[in-house]
Amino acid sequence: MKLSLEQIENVAHLARLQLTEAEKEKMREELAPILTYFEILKELDTDQISPTAQVIAVQNLMRPDEVRESASISEVLSNAPMREADFFRIRAVFTEEE
Amino acid sequence: MELHSLNITEAAALLRKKEITSRELTTAVIKRIEEVDGRVKAFMTLTPELALQQADAADKILQNGAKDANPLLGIPMSLKDVLSTKGIRTACGSKILENYVPIYDATVARKLYESGAVMLGKNNMDEFAMGSSTENSSYFPTRNPWNLDTVPGGSSGGSSASVAAGEGFFSVGSDTGGSIRQPAALCGVVGLKPTYGRVSRYGLIAFASSLDQLGPFTRSVADAALVMNVIAGHDPKDSTSINAPVPDYTKALVPNLNGMKLALPREYFIGGVEPGVEQAVLAAVEKMKELGATVEEVSMPHTKYAISTYYIIAPAEASANLARYDGIKYGYSDPAAVEMWDGYFKTRGHGFGPEVKRRIMIGTYALSSGYYDAYYLKAQKVRTLIRGDFDKVFEKFDAIIAPTSPSVAFKIGDKVSDPLAMYLNDIFTIPANMAGTPGMSIPCGFSNGLPVGLQILGPVLGEEKVFRVAHAYEQATEWYKQHPAL
Repeated sequence: MKLSLEQIENVAHLARLQLTEAEKEKMREELAPILTYFEILKELDTDQISPTAQVIAVQNLMRPDEVRESASISEVLSNAPMREADFFRIRAVFTEEE
Repeated sequence: MELHSLNITEAAALLRKKEITSRELTTAVIKRIEEVDGRVKAFMTLTPELALQQADAADKILQNGAKDANPLLGIPMSLKDVLSTKGIRTACGSKILENYVPIYDATVARKLYESGAVMLGKNNMDEFAMGSSTENSSYFPTRNPWNLDTVPGGSSGGSSASVAAGEGFFSVGSDTGGSIRQPAALCGVVGLKPTYGRVSRYGLIAFASSLDQLGPFTRSVADAALVMNVIAGHDPKDSTSINAPVPDYTKALVPNLNGMKLALPREYFIGGVEPGVEQAVLAAVEKMKELGATVEEVSMPHTKYAISTYYIIAPAEASANLARYDGIKYGYSDPAAVEMWDGYFKTRGHGFGPEVKRRIMIGTYALSSGYYDAYYLKAQKVRTLIRGDFDKVFEKFDAIIAPTSPSVAFKIGDKVSDPLAMYLNDIFTIPANMAGTPGMSIPCGFSNGLPVGLQILGPVLGEEKVFRVAHAYEQATEWYKQHPAL
């Protein structure tokens, strides 16, 4: 059940995770027995079983549509790694080649 | 007796009789932390100034009579670093949140402050609550006060170790697959995972939202009831919070088990359980019979599928929850990154530790196109079967008795290189998270000089039954009066 290097790279890409070559190899080693262990679930016939996503059957909770005070700009920005005046500063979304 | 080794009930009585002040109590605990925490390493962040301020405020109320005040008034406590605390750094065991200072309090923190509890600081934990030993903290491992070469369990190892070591009278931790009960067992304290939704998760840094639940660590069952009386209840800020009245849990504390029907699932007494653990748990069962309970063996046939189910569902939810760490709004942001995508990849690649990356990879894989049905959907269906096992048992029985952990505390470093071996450590605690039922671990003996935990599982919103069984047993045995020599 060992994943290929391409599979590891694809999953890491989907997860937006940069992995070093050594980390990729380690993931291949470590994920194999875990994924193999999951195979045990195949023993169970679950065709007629409905899935449980959440154990407390609450749904469609509503709250009154009231105007409330929100956190201040300085509070909201207080943990921002990069900021400029009253804004979050982000990295370039479009680069020149695009 | 030294002040730091009292329990809440004893300390609260002394405070009310004005034999001690909260400042004296708090000072004694801060001194204890200074003496032992260099070895135990239960704390991530200490807040002694805040503690003394709150202690003085509590003393003012106590001097004026304090008739209606909560029993937690003036009692020093700590919180797992997974709980957001306004103005107090909250790193969640992760480098990605190294400098994060929340701008709001978790509901549980707010309720405890309002009850007059005194805040000592934040407890160390496995990064994002992922682990069974507190070795996955990005900062340092916490050590078991009973033997400093062994782990305190995880992921709330800092919380359990702090309570066992006399560094605070109680702590609140989180339990996603056993992270309150397993470290409580390994450190010889009381740990309760309430029914899912009984305690608000607002302000809890999410790991797996359908499984996470907050609960107390204490040095007695009665103390756990006192903490639950404060933290349980509906919270409109948490849409999965249960809107049901909160009973007075101390009323459930009666000294016998007359009329109680207890179930002993044979799937929890399988190969792999240490003989010392099994012996202590079976001796506890005999004690419960003496106290008036009837005990019957039952079968919970889907127990063996719980680990696989958990290690698909929890990482799947984690991979979604942890998508918020993008290096823009808060937390670490890789300085070398130039453009947007580069920023995400580098920030997350450098900010998360190995276990968190492993689980994000498992979760992303299980949710990815082509694998969703075979892994995630399948696991959600098996979850229904596991829950069915519990429903069936609770039709006839008041509670389930089992070991909390298959072993006592293991040596630091022993399982770090084998993730699957580490995952198997949660085999007896995970099913309750799958079903949303409450579970408590209480001390029931020692094996090789290390504490053994007894697990008591109850039906959904059946905390009172769990409290009753735990308290009657605890009072009949006195294991809880043992403290580690530090």
